[in-house]
Amino acid sequence: MNITLSITTTIYKFLSEYMSEGAANIGAMVTIALIYLAIFAVAGLYLVLLERKVAAWFQLRIGPNRVGPWGLLQTMADALKLVSKELTGTVKADKFLYNLAPYFVIISSLMALAVFPFTQEFQAFDINIGIFFLIAISSIGVIGILLGGWASNNKFALIGAMRSGVQTISYELSVGLSLVTMVLLTGTLQLSEIIEVQKNGWLIIQGHFPAIIAFMIYMIAGTAETNRAPFDMVEAESELGAGFHTEYSGMKFAYFFLAEFINMFIIAAIAATIFFGGWLSPFGITESIPWLGIFWFLGKTFVLVFLMMWFRWTFPRLRVDQLLTLEWKYLLPLNLLNIVLMALIVWLGLTIQL
Amino acid sequence: MERYIFYILAAIIIVSAIASVTSKKMLRSVIYLLFTLCGIAGIYFLIDYNFLAAIQLTVYAGGIIVLIIFSVVLIHHIEMELEVAKLSKKIITGLACAIGLGVFLTTIYSHQFNVVENFNSTTTEQIGLKLLSYEAGGFILPFEVISILLLASMIGAIVIAKGKKLTDKNESK
Repeated sequence: MNITLSITTTIYKFLSEYMSEGAANIGAMVTIALIYLAIFAVAGLYLVLLERKVAAWFQLRIGPNRVGPWGLLQTMADALKLVSKELTGTVKADKFLYNLAPYFVIISSLMALAVFPFTQEFQAFDINIGIFFLIAISSIGVIGILLGGWASNNKFALIGAMRSGVQTISYELSVGLSLVTMVLLTGTLQLSEIIEVQKNGWLIIQGHFPAIIAFMIYMIAGTAETNRAPFDMVEAESELGAGFHTEYSGMKFAYFFLAEFINMFIIAAIAATIFFGGWLSPFGITESIPWLGIFWFLGKTFVLVFLMMWFRWTFPRLRVDQLLTLEWKYLLPLNLLNIVLMALIVWLGLTIQL
Repeated sequence: MERYIFYILAAIIIVSAIASVTSKKMLRSVIYLLFTLCGIAGIYFLIDYNFLAAIQLTVYAGGIIVLIIFSVVLIHHIEMELEVAKLSKKIITGLACAIGLGVFLTTIYSHQFNVVENFNSTTTEQIGLKLLSYEAGGFILPFEVISILLLASMIGAIVIAKGKKLTDKNESK
């Protein structure tokens, strides 16, 4: 069985038979963008369903089970409902910024998806600053949340947005620094080369002790960056209504909601790529069948997504001061020490090579 | 195709720069400024300076704009509009801008720009090695000076933030 997954070149070759070079270039870009949009809109919907099923499982309920077999069409029905709903708004809102905010959030999270290597060939955009690009893009999404909270002209929305800003700016540091710790091992920022390095053992094994610390810090900070429980003060229902998206309805609300789930997927996918070898199979058992890489990549990602859902339904919510204490007094100093430790280990050649 | 992308980006930069200075609502002009900065990052991506583009996005779009939004959100109500400046101030600002633009344009047009052949994109590794090299053409001295500047401003920020608490403790001793 021979499936070609190098989508960019395949589509480009197919299109260039019919049209000129420039047009084929643009056509290939647009086609790939549409494919990614379609896949991840649906994937986002099914992540919502997964979240509800996991929540039900943790709380000894059944969960959605009416629409379609095992409730599989439930979120499709929800999406249809959201599309057909009226778009409401407050009278004195700043209309331009109010309408702009959801697009900031969704576009920044969709842009990040382009750089992930799903298999050796299935990667839309292999930029040479891979990880750094992801960090840069993820720092833009918070602007959408701040704008949405402010432009709604609602004090609870504003409080939610300010909390989100504080939280995201603080935890971005930990995400960045824990990834820098792993870059010390790989010596490159390009995601495809990072996976090449891991053919001698996944980075969490190569870097052993500091790599495990970096992974734990990364998962804590990543959960905080996606504004999920136990760090969900942004939309703490009992205090703030729905937080920064209180005034949004219909599709605009759906953008925020979808972006949250795609962000969760992105955090898990970065962790799977950097720490657990991306599309590489354990011990190279399926090395002869390259297209199975997508199965391994998604498998690892969904285990980590499940871990984040597990956090959500296990831990109680933190207070704002506890959240900032955790980041600035514990995670950040620990992270800086961890970088020095990792540098020492790489310098002395104490990494484990399988 | 690069030419069309450049024109699109240039149009975005110019339009949003003008909108940024003419808008009377404070937060809107911040957002137009963000579009300008993102457009500049787009031009860096276009000429294959990926590292510089990502720095532009992280530092300007992700850092500085978020800080400006924070300060605007803290002090500014949604119904407030900026006042129109006096005519004398407008004239002075216009003259200053014209002089600045003149300096830039004369510098740009007095040099000949050559088309680079066999262009290789710069990797992050090369940038890092250059930053820390102490041989001729290395940037270790400015790098260290900037580190000290950042350290000083960090200590200054802590002193300002502690403010009264710091002096009270010293006096009680």
